[in-house]
Amino acid sequence: MEFEPVIGLEVHAELQTESKMFCACPVVDSTQAAPNTTVCPVCAGMPGALPVLNQKAVAYGLRVALALECEVNRISIFARKNYFYPDLPKGYQISQYELPLAEHGHLLIQTSEGEERIRIRRVHLEEDTGKLTHVEGGSLLDLNRAGVPLLEIVSEPDLRSVEAARAYGEALRAILRYLEVNSGDMEKGVIRFEANVSVRPKGSRELGTRVEIKNLNSFRALERAVSFEIERQSRILAAGGVIEQETLGWDEARQATYSQRSKEDAHDYRYFPEPDLPPLVIADEWVEQVRAALPELPRQKSSRFMQQYGLSAYDAALLTAEKEVALYFEAAVQALPASVSPKMLVNWLTGDMFALLNQSGGLSGLGRIPPANLAGLVKLVAEDEINAATGKEVLAEMFAGGQSAEEIVQRRGLRQVSDSALIAALVRQVLEECPAEVAAYRSGKETVMNWLFGQVMRRAAGKANPQVVRRELERQLKV
Amino acid sequence: MSKPANEWTALTLTQACAAIHKGEFSPLEFTHACLERIETLEPRLNAFLHIAGEAALAQAAKTDPASPLPLPIAVKDVLTVENMPCTCGSKILEGFVPPYTATAVKRLQEAGAIVIGKTNTDEFAMGSSTENSAYRVTHNPWDLSRVPGGSSGGSAAAVAARLVPAALGTDTGGSIRQPASFCGLTGLKPTYGRVPRYGLVAYGSSLDCAGVLAQSAEDAALVFSLMAGHDPLDATSADVPLPALTLKVEGSLPLRGLRIGVPQEYFISGIQPGVERTVKNAIEQLSHLGAEVQQVSLPHTEYALPVYYIIAPAEASANLARFDGIRYGPREQAESLWEVYIRTRGRRFGAEVERRIMLGTYALSAGYYDAFYGQAQKARTLIRRDFEQVFEQVDLIAAPVAPTTAFPIGAHGDDPLAMYLEDIFTLPANLAGVPGLAFPVGFDENGLPVGLQLMGPHFREDLLLQVAHAYQQTTDWHLKRPPIDNK
Ligand SMILES: [Zn+2]
Repeated sequence: MEFEPVIGLEVHAELQTESKMFCACPVVDSTQAAPNTTVCPVCAGMPGALPVLNQKAVAYGLRVALALECEVNRISIFARKNYFYPDLPKGYQISQYELPLAEHGHLLIQTSEGEERIRIRRVHLEEDTGKLTHVEGGSLLDLNRAGVPLLEIVSEPDLRSVEAARAYGEALRAILRYLEVNSGDMEKGVIRFEANVSVRPKGSRELGTRVEIKNLNSFRALERAVSFEIERQSRILAAGGVIEQETLGWDEARQATYSQRSKEDAHDYRYFPEPDLPPLVIADEWVEQVRAALPELPRQKSSRFMQQYGLSAYDAALLTAEKEVALYFEAAVQALPASVSPKMLVNWLTGDMFALLNQSGGLSGLGRIPPANLAGLVKLVAEDEINAATGKEVLAEMFAGGQSAEEIVQRRGLRQVSDSALIAALVRQVLEECPAEVAAYRSGKETVMNWLFGQVMRRAAGKANPQVVRRELERQLKV
Repeated sequence: MSKPANEWTALTLTQACAAIHKGEFSPLEFTHACLERIETLEPRLNAFLHIAGEAALAQAAKTDPASPLPLPIAVKDVLTVENMPCTCGSKILEGFVPPYTATAVKRLQEAGAIVIGKTNTDEFAMGSSTENSAYRVTHNPWDLSRVPGGSSGGSAAAVAARLVPAALGTDTGGSIRQPASFCGLTGLKPTYGRVPRYGLVAYGSSLDCAGVLAQSAEDAALVFSLMAGHDPLDATSADVPLPALTLKVEGSLPLRGLRIGVPQEYFISGIQPGVERTVKNAIEQLSHLGAEVQQVSLPHTEYALPVYYIIAPAEASANLARFDGIRYGPREQAESLWEVYIRTRGRRFGAEVERRIMLGTYALSAGYYDAFYGQAQKARTLIRRDFEQVFEQVDLIAAPVAPTTAFPIGAHGDDPLAMYLEDIFTLPANLAGVPGLAFPVGFDENGLPVGLQLMGPHFREDLLLQVAHAYQQTTDWHLKRPPIDNK
């Protein structure tokens, strides 16, 4: 029997406001800052301290909710979620339960099946916990992260493959970055996933028993954990077994899920309205203000790029996946003469430039070549001022030294020779000096042509226009 | 003529302020006098959990005599004061010293007040006799064999014995008004949100109010006016302007035009005859002053007790979760995390606190939430509406504070329900969020003080204080002093 997975994702994204959700402590990179340096009575859960809502966190949450086309609740309620753990200073987390910030949105994703519409069930605000590190003989508690605003984005169980789950996660990450509410640094734990996974016989409309996999902190872990579960559950069902409803963890070392809690041990969080915070009232004007200020989002940008610059869907998606790349591309394309095809710029950007970025540690390297300079390089190649091989060399030098293509070509005298009389003379010289190779060619060994081409180019110090060289070689050899 | 030093402490707060302003004595001299009196009487009273004598003298030496409140006060030990221990009467906060001062206290300090010490309280303010303190039992200055009421019993005993001219208390279900009544004081529970809660260690967050226990309405008004007002550190504090609190009494019918409602539901069978008689006399006195008295009905009063004992414990069960021995306070050593929790909380919370945590946890549990917490919230709305409707007919409500006068220490020891009934007349104001004022209006047959309670619409503390002041201008119950100085 063939099985179909049914997957829903809960995404916890830090909202990188200046101060924490309910106090004035700054939000810092908790993987870098010295432990317990941004802590006050409020976020340490001291007696008598009270939370006061950071309006900026609400504004950030609204941005995301509107980007996901949710309905914003004009009144939403904060609630206490009660459980004991040392990283939870108050013994409860301030979250939202009934009446979240926003509900009923959706996100369009692109998979090999085409475009899919994934419904968003709810988007709500809550506070992050501290961090507990277990060491020899004890545990260390760092409260820097305690009280950092979090947005929880819960999808409906609309995802039907590991690929879709990843695409959803990536699309959401891109949106968070476009909205400038989250850095997207997965390795710093600013975006975390929880996956609900069940399987059912293909074609069935009923939902199978689901498990919840907690704390998936990378796309890789998300993919592996979900596919592990799909396989595990399918195997059990195929053998006539039943799936237990439980909460699972993901063991990175063993690359396997493991049971954390059975259904019987499920927490009773005893949610109730937070009496320290009045209901959050969001005026229509605020919603409209945030909506009006929303930036162009990845999918909008992608379709505009296709229309405006004649790019393929593939190229447009590649360029818009990261906001910085999209902005860079648009700045470069402005500097490109109308005679040069934007497609050529895309090739240079996503080909050689991306390769350089990958070697040098990521997108921050984009700044090493101003967009206009990349356009300048592409223009030199397009106009046959230099050939592609020289172009690659020049690009590497631009990346290393910051000069423009024009400057490098000028200084190193790399401008291409297209003068056919000069090239004809070089070709003649090479043919005269290599009679054996000429004879071989004429007797049918056509591959010798490339060797002869190389000899001519070497004599021209690489600067000869390769098309002219080939044309001239063919012409003279035919005689 | 200035008084000799041993009589300074007999002055009301208003009188002492005026004397300091006139230069009759200094804040330092007055603080000395209070500390001397504390030294003499505290062994018999057990009003304090912490006496900050040296800090108070150092502070008094720096206090500007021209400031509005240049004298010592006592603070109930559920309000934080920087660098002073704060135990909330609990072993779970033994040795805890908070690094911040409650907004209400801070505002008084900025007005010149000197915190002389922290007063005894039922553990986490859960109780009506101060017997639930994990540290000591406070005695009522009117009869040392009796309780001072609670949970602000330490503050009430301290002011009644004139150890300090005024003290701060908190009131979640009657914890200022009932001890004020038991000790012959004027005690104000302001409107919910009127005085900031920042630094008030939460018991029932939607009910807790910081307020004042003093010797007269005039004294209470002065302290209250300095504490009230919106606080950016408390999202539930109200941004409502405070009316002028200059209490004036004009003519022989100063209360003419005032409509006072007497709720029939507050005169029930459990009320002591001495209390009922004294309260009714006081209401009559108000009508002699020109007030128009009429009977009103608060039909959902009978639900106040069960509703309170669901909502307050529910909130408390979450509020007290932070006392886990992990970040501050003592920690019981154990092998596992869960054992640390169980031992620390199990050994260091008292029986009443444990009882309320269990009640609250149960009321919020899956499957019970709707029947208990959800239902209680609905009933609370009905109680609030009762008050709104009555305040369309009358300006304020007059009622007893408690069904009894001060009872003997240990009287309700084995019977939490009998203790809960002590708050039956004070709980509704907390549930409705309206202000309540208790002030002395006479004595029962045992010579124990009886209080009258006034309740008014939201943010009308001024009205309550004005009426009590008018009453106190024509009577002297509030000036009667307990026999504690008679050897
Ligand atoms: Zn903080």
